[in-house]
Amino acid sequence: MIPVAFDYERATSTEQALSLLAEHGDEAKLMAGGHSLLPLMKYRLAAPAVLIDIGRLEELSYVRDEGEELAIGALTRHCEVEQNDLVRSQVGLLAAATSQVGDPQVRHRGTIGGAMAHGDPASDLPAALIALRGSLVIDGPSGRRQVEADSFFTGFLETDLGEDEMLIEVRLPKLPDSTWSFQKFNRRAQDWAIVGSAVVVDQGICGVGLVNMDSRPIRATAVEEAIKNGSSAAEASELAAEGCEPPADINAGMDYRRHLARVLTRRGLEESGR
Amino acid sequence: MQVTIIINGETVSHDVEPRTLLVHYIREQAALTGTNIGCDSSSCGACTIHVNGEAAKSCTMLAVQADGQEVTTIEGLADGETLHPMQQAFHECHALQCGYCTPGMVMAAISLLDENPQADEEEIREGLEGNLCRCTGYHNIVKAVLQVGSDQ
Repeated sequence: MIPVAFDYERATSTEQALSLLAEHGDEAKLMAGGHSLLPLMKYRLAAPAVLIDIGRLEELSYVRDEGEELAIGALTRHCEVEQNDLVRSQVGLLAAATSQVGDPQVRHRGTIGGAMAHGDPASDLPAALIALRGSLVIDGPSGRRQVEADSFFTGFLETDLGEDEMLIEVRLPKLPDSTWSFQKFNRRAQDWAIVGSAVVVDQGICGVGLVNMDSRPIRATAVEEAIKNGSSAAEASELAAEGCEPPADINAGMDYRRHLARVLTRRGLEESGR
Repeated sequence: MQVTIIINGETVSHDVEPRTLLVHYIREQAALTGTNIGCDSSSCGACTIHVNGEAAKSCTMLAVQADGQEVTTIEGLADGETLHPMQQAFHECHALQCGYCTPGMVMAAISLLDENPQADEEEIREGLEGNLCRCTGYHNIVKAVLQVGSDQ
C-alpha cells in the first residue's frame, strides 16, 4: 500500500514547523513518528498534500521535573517515556500505559505527542492522560496556550488543535504516592484495545479514563464521583459505561464493550487498592 | 528527493519519491531483498530492520525519514561466512520453518537483547510481540534468543 503523492518538508525547529503550517494551511499535516498517520495515508484515509516531518525536533524530546508537574516534550518517543525514571516514579500510570502501546518496534518510533494529537479513542495514552488530569501545551501564531485533557479530545480523530497549531508538550501533575492500574483487553498482544481502563488513585481521589468507549477518549465521571462518595470498587465500576456511546465493530458490540468497561474498571480499581 | 542512507555500513544515495516506503526502498532501490513484506500494516514484523540500532518496521516508515540515518538489514549481520550469533542460534535451535518471518524475527531479537541482555523467557516472549510466525514456531525462536542471551 502506497500513500497518495505529497510534498515533503522536514522542519528543523518548532518555529519553522509553525511557519510551514501557516504557509500550507489545511493542506498540510504534521508527522512525528508517523505510526498513526502513515497507516492512515497508506489506506488512503488521509491524503495530505504536504507532509511536514517534525520527527527530528530534538528540542521537543525531553522529560523535565517542573515542581508540581512533569513536562514531557511532544516528540519524546514511547520507548523513552516508558523507561524514564521520573515518569515511572511520578506518573507510574503513564509508564504502564505507554509500555502497552503497540510493540517494541512501534514504541521506538511513535511519540507521546503524536499519539495525543491523533485523537484516537482506541489509543491507550489519551485515557491515561485523562485519568491523570494532565494537560497539553499548544503553540501557534497567536502564542502558547494550555488545554486540559478533557477539553482537548473533541471527537473521533479530532482535537482542539487548530490547523495552524502544534502540540509541543504534555504536562502531568506529579503523583509519587499514587496507586494505579492500566487494564487493556485485546485479542492479540499488539492490537488496539477493544476496551481499556486507566485508573489512578491518589489520596482517596480517583481518576478513570476509558479507551475505545466513545467516539473520543473519555473520563468515567460517574465512577470517580461514586468513589469520592465512598462506594466500593464493585459498586463504582457498575457505573463505568454510564453515558458512553461505544463503537460496535467486528471485535465487539456496544453491550459487550459496556460489560468490558465495567469489568476492567473494577479490576483497575481493585488493583489500585480500592 | 535525494536521500543518503548508511545501509549496512555503506553510504548510498538515491532519488526517491517522498511517498516511497522504506521497505520498498530497501528491496527495490538498495536491492536488498532479505527484508520481507508481510502484512504491510505494521502488525507482523516481517519487515523489521534497525534504524540507528533500534528495531523498526520498515513498512511504516518513509525512505525520507531514514535520510542520513544508519539502517541495518538482515544482510548486514553476518561477518563474511560467519553468521551473527543470533543467526547461528536460529540455525542451531531450528527456530524457523518456512523462514518468512525469520529476517524480521532475527532483527527484533537482536534489538531486544541490546536493550535487555539478560532477558528471561517471559521478557523475550513479550519483547517479540511485534513479530508473528505463522508456522507457530515461537518455542524454538524463544529458545534461540535465550541461548544468545546466556552466551553473552
